[in-house]
Amino acid sequence: MDVARIRKDFPILSRTINGKPLIYLDSAATSQKPQQVIDTVSDYYERINANVHRGAYTLADEATTAYEGARSRVAQFINASSSEVVFTRGTTQAINMIAYGWGLDRLKPGDKIVLTVAEHHSNLVPWQIIARHTGAELVHLGIDSDYRIDISDIDRIFDDSVKIVSISGMSNVTGAIGPIAELTEAAHRVGAIMIVDAAQSVPHMPTDVQALGVDFIAFSSHKMLGPTGIGVLWGKRERLEAMEPVEGGGEMILDVHLQESTWAPIPHKFEAGTPPIAQAVGLGAAVDYLTEIGMENVREHEKQITAYALDRLSEVPDIKIFGPSDVAMRGGAVSLALGDIHAHDLATILDEDGIAVRAGHHCAKPLMREMKAISTARASFYIYNTNEDVDALVEGLHKARVIFGL
Amino acid sequence: MSLQELYRGVILDHYRNPRRRGKLTADHIHTEGKNPSCGDEFALDVIIENGVVTDSAIQGQGCSISQASGSMMADAIIGKTLDEVQDLAHTFKVMMTIEEGENPIDPDRPGAVLGDLEALQGVRKFPVRIKCADLPWTTLADALEQATT
Repeated sequence: MDVARIRKDFPILSRTINGKPLIYLDSAATSQKPQQVIDTVSDYYERINANVHRGAYTLADEATTAYEGARSRVAQFINASSSEVVFTRGTTQAINMIAYGWGLDRLKPGDKIVLTVAEHHSNLVPWQIIARHTGAELVHLGIDSDYRIDISDIDRIFDDSVKIVSISGMSNVTGAIGPIAELTEAAHRVGAIMIVDAAQSVPHMPTDVQALGVDFIAFSSHKMLGPTGIGVLWGKRERLEAMEPVEGGGEMILDVHLQESTWAPIPHKFEAGTPPIAQAVGLGAAVDYLTEIGMENVREHEKQITAYALDRLSEVPDIKIFGPSDVAMRGGAVSLALGDIHAHDLATILDEDGIAVRAGHHCAKPLMREMKAISTARASFYIYNTNEDVDALVEGLHKARVIFGL
Repeated sequence: MSLQELYRGVILDHYRNPRRRGKLTADHIHTEGKNPSCGDEFALDVIIENGVVTDSAIQGQGCSISQASGSMMADAIIGKTLDEVQDLAHTFKVMMTIEEGENPIDPDRPGAVLGDLEALQGVRKFPVRIKCADLPWTTLADALEQATT
């Protein structure tokens, strides 16, 4: 993988921040976009723009072909069938769609939804709402001393009352890869459905939904080089067919009468209203870009840079890293605390050198409490990051120690 | 503008050794503020007798700017009448460019107008951090409102 060549595709990487070259270490929040994606989106608006489906003119047909073409690229990318790929606004909407569309009618008091303490708010709050509506109970798996999900107790937790299991494929805070295989096995043994919040995993490692054997996954375009405003809900055909649409409107119907309507076949029954067409087409270009590199290569690159980062960061006095030490068990989101320097102060100091890191609770407040951290600074890597970026981060942390008199 | 100007010694001193940290036991007004986007938290206890702030205490957790601002504020309001506290808050907010007005700080006489609080003026150059410095002052505004209603 030629990182120097890849970097040339990302125009934003040539800008400066506070007079210094941008060192972007916040791809877990959102990734930067290659010229190919930017060009595809503007080309769509310049040459193709029309509303999709049902248009009897050339432009509408081309727009529909571009939109549906993006769907098949995404399907191929995760080894799924196109009809199982639902375009959503993002991971958050996708999880809410499952929570409402699957959970609301099926859950009853005494039923259990199994989550973990390490989930992003987007995989916690929708289930809290559904639990309140249905009387179902939330059960949270904890983390072990290596910041990985503790599954030592699953035989006791999983019984027939468990109906839904939803966990993250890769933590946005600790980088830990979720125990998907073990929990899928446990979920299916008791007849529960298995959902993976794949917002961090799909952009950073190969994903094969057939091999995973789960029922649903959700991910976002903007974390994988694509535009904001679009994401994916993938579900097994029979699950999607059995799931209720949450939003009604145009595009999602087969027939409409005054008192009742029938739904279009999947995936369109979940896509009410005019979809984010240009964004979908942009996501298609992002998928092409990642496919060209190869997701195995993306994963290998990130393992290498994460190993280098964990090694270099361990040289910094007073540092604490919140995440697994073995890169085989984790992705490239590295959360850290430095002495008594608050993460926001760290982020401000690093920003002076053009280094963009995230600081705060990373939309995972329960996990922060679990880790006894008020906030952490998080550096996260992607295909365009280099060991030199890590060196700059380490230098910035040393500088922060000086400013704070550590 | 340098980071040294932002993180002056007096700010780090208030961050590490916050004044009036704790809780009041006598009858007091308690207000809380949170910055949900970053997780900073601040809480203020104040006792107001005959229109004068006679005691204060602070709790909370967050970045050096929010916590130092709170520590300085808790000290600065002691012995002031409610009108004087309002004036202080306004002067501070003008210095921080949160409210409109002529910058009251005299560069030739550092500390003359707002004491330690003047050390926070470096924050103005870091717009994303102004809300950190302001957090304790929103809890103070809530407390003053409670005191006068």
